[in-house]
Amino acid sequence: MSSPAPPVDTWLYPVGSGLYCEPGDFYVDPGRKVDRAVITHGHSDHARSGHGAVLATAETIAIMKVRYGEDCAGSFQALAFGETISINGVSVRLVPAGHILGSAQVVIEWARRRAVVSGDYKRAADPTCAPFEVVPCDVFITEATFGLPVFRHEKAAHEAEKLLASLAAEPDRTHLVGAYNLGKCQRMIRVVRDTGYDKPIYLHGGVMALTDLYGKLGIDLGELHAVSESDPKSMRGSIVMCPPSALGDRWSRRFGDPVTAFASGWMRVRGRSRQMGIELPLVVSDHVDWPELIQTIIETEAEEVWVTHGREDALVHYLGSIGKKARALALVGYGEEAE
Amino acid sequence: MRAFARLMDCLVYTQSRNRKVALLGHYFRSAPDPDRGWALAALTDGVPIRMPLRRMLSDLVSRFIDPVLYRLSRDYVGDTAETVSLLWPDDRVIVPEPPAETRVEADASKPRQLRLALEPRADVPELLAAKIGDNSGELPELSLGAVVAAMANGTTAERTERLGHLLDQLDATGRWALLKLIGGAPRVGVSARLARTALAESYSRDVSEIEEIWHALTPPYLDLFQWLEGNADRPDPGAKPVFRPVMLAHPVEEEDWPRLAPEDFIAEWKWDGIRVQIAARSGDVKMFSRQGDDISAAFPEIRSAFQDQDCVADGELLVMRDGEIAPFNDLQQRLNRKSITAKMMQMYPPHVRLYDLLFDGQEDLRTLPFEDRRARLEAWHAQHHPPLTDVSQLVGFKTFAELGELWSSARAEGIEGLMLKRRAGPYQAGRVKGEWFKWKRAALTLDCVLMYAQRGSGKRSSYYSDYTFGVWKTDDNGDRQLVPVGKAYSGFTDEELLILDKWIRGHTTEAFGPVRAVEPELVFEVAFDAVQSSTRHKSGVAMRFPRIHRIRWDKPAAEADTIESVLKLIGGASSEAAAAAGNPAQTTG
Repeated sequence: MSSPAPPVDTWLYPVGSGLYCEPGDFYVDPGRKVDRAVITHGHSDHARSGHGAVLATAETIAIMKVRYGEDCAGSFQALAFGETISINGVSVRLVPAGHILGSAQVVIEWARRRAVVSGDYKRAADPTCAPFEVVPCDVFITEATFGLPVFRHEKAAHEAEKLLASLAAEPDRTHLVGAYNLGKCQRMIRVVRDTGYDKPIYLHGGVMALTDLYGKLGIDLGELHAVSESDPKSMRGSIVMCPPSALGDRWSRRFGDPVTAFASGWMRVRGRSRQMGIELPLVVSDHVDWPELIQTIIETEAEEVWVTHGREDALVHYLGSIGKKARALALVGYGEEAE
Repeated sequence: MRAFARLMDCLVYTQSRNRKVALLGHYFRSAPDPDRGWALAALTDGVPIRMPLRRMLSDLVSRFIDPVLYRLSRDYVGDTAETVSLLWPDDRVIVPEPPAETRVEADASKPRQLRLALEPRADVPELLAAKIGDNSGELPELSLGAVVAAMANGTTAERTERLGHLLDQLDATGRWALLKLIGGAPRVGVSARLARTALAESYSRDVSEIEEIWHALTPPYLDLFQWLEGNADRPDPGAKPVFRPVMLAHPVEEEDWPRLAPEDFIAEWKWDGIRVQIAARSGDVKMFSRQGDDISAAFPEIRSAFQDQDCVADGELLVMRDGEIAPFNDLQQRLNRKSITAKMMQMYPPHVRLYDLLFDGQEDLRTLPFEDRRARLEAWHAQHHPPLTDVSQLVGFKTFAELGELWSSARAEGIEGLMLKRRAGPYQAGRVKGEWFKWKRAALTLDCVLMYAQRGSGKRSSYYSDYTFGVWKTDDNGDRQLVPVGKAYSGFTDEELLILDKWIRGHTTEAFGPVRAVEPELVFEVAFDAVQSSTRHKSGVAMRFPRIHRIRWDKPAAEADTIESVLKLIGGASSEAAAAAGNPAQTTG
């Protein structure tokens, strides 16, 4: 007879700079520089520069190098989906999270217990990354960016059709689409292509480097041009992709009277689009919405759910009401990067 | 409902005034009666249905969602109608008739539980009639008229059931629009005046032609649309008192002075209340705000004061005790109320200080020069002297320099500024150039420390955008602590709001509901028009029109202002100013 397995929170717990695995002596998505970090995906609130050693998918490593430079960590180790390695006797495996290209859940096993750190994830189809896989576990450590029942995202294809319908209705106005420069931007372009739009799409300088990288990593995004190298007249009535912050920027004035669109799960709430002066809200998210969040938690069959960031109060309350053990980790610094 | 929902949704996302006007105009010209009239009502005075909507919605929502989740959602979204529309389950919509074989099966097995529960109630035949059921595959079309008819009568319980049933027939945008239709104050970025302006413009009319009869009209405004479309005469307000568009002033700018001749102008104090118009005719009295909103219901004293009059007068509504004008805050206690208690009437007695007379009986004085209208006002008041009124006294002067001196010594309670009105000018609607000027004092400023932040609503839902700030007070033990002196939610840009929101989240010491207490570290330079004594704040003072002038990221909180510097600004010159103002004795009736 073996002795009972120690509870997960005795060997995996939050410290100031992220989630720490004590027997493995590594952090997952730490908020400050550490010796050993496992990184779920390339968004800046999860992947920071300056760690000693980084373990992540090859795509995430490539993204980090584009964003922070080749030397942004002491060393890199790429782990393919499904491969398992052992760190000081702790088994670590990466599984697709469906959030953006290269995004992974971290499956950590020690002392006959399994914890899954979801990172950010979604269940909706995304042609630019591998789909989320459910991993049954004892403890599921989830995000709750959209952890309120008012959040139900639209299908990305439906929102792409909305964008194209607006283009058809106002063919003289440039459609400026604000989208987060890693993941959302490339996904929107791909979905618009799949909806049958094959004209050139123009890019703000802030989305160029990562969009190029997606191309190099095999995601075909069709004909793309830099705004800075294009004749303003040729862009009239076209789609221009830009970071959300550029929508209200002086930069946007060159387009005359553009239609401002923003692709984000936040666009589900009118107040949010009004705050930003968005004329065409596109409810597309790279995070799970409320029904998907609940569905995923149930599918993992986890005994316990820890919530890293987002609207954790609502989620923890709800899980309690359906008899699931849940608690908020209140990790500082996550969710700072726009969705 | 579909066209209305599309209209409302587009209005929310449209910034440009012209585009809003175009959207509204298109809707008014294309929607059928009475739908467009009900839509116009929703955007202006509200659809006249009285019911406890918020309670009815909580009741409906509690059937499928936990109250805590509902509260958190409502708190995040910042708007009840939108929260309910987003939470409402989509799968409860009425399904099209199932194919024959499944219908048979369903009939045979169960008593068609789902369908029975959703079948329109027999007591709302309009609902059935309203279903056009065009575009196959889409939800059946619901007319605004049918919604209003369904909600107009019945017990709260009956109407709650009907409302749930209506919501079941719509998608999220439709549900939201329906609740905006019946909920009052839709907050879609369209003021009542803009809605009327759009209506007027879409039929090439001047908005004043509508405003002058507006308060004699009732939703769904069939006669109004008849006239606009050229099928009938303009509705005659008959003996009903109606609103006349108000004449407004421009702030006087430095470059104006050389162009103004003092002998062409009459000066009077600008009192710190709200501008009102009182229209009295045949025993019916209405008091309007300058936007043309009817605010009579909250001021029965004023209504009875003008009971026997036949006039349209322009003035300032104030709260006055023993001939002294009370702080604006007291007047606020009486505003935005549908009804009023005897206690409120006693605590905050209203008074109207008259500026102008637009109609004397049926005689329209508006084309007369101001000087003549003023003489008519004085004569009229001397003859009728309605209670709770006086005539705003003029401020005599020879030169603007002299006027400036009088002005700079005046800081009486209740004086907000000085008005300059052209002697020869007629009474014209709106802000006419070169006719009326308001001369306000430069704002005062103080450095205050942010103490509490509250989440905003509507456009600012989920952001901490309402700030309570304080100044230092040294207590008897010699300890310094912050005491709140005011609250502001304007004066910063959207970008600053995001930075402030983040700062607040990172410096929270305590949270209670939508309010967070923060570390006393951030200094705001707050601009305001005056400081008044107040029982509302622990500090005993309140600011008038406070707004964030600058965010002093650079300034250490310890160097912010003290309560002593605030107290110095209260009425220091008030007795002097009252003398300078030549405050008129209150006329008794």
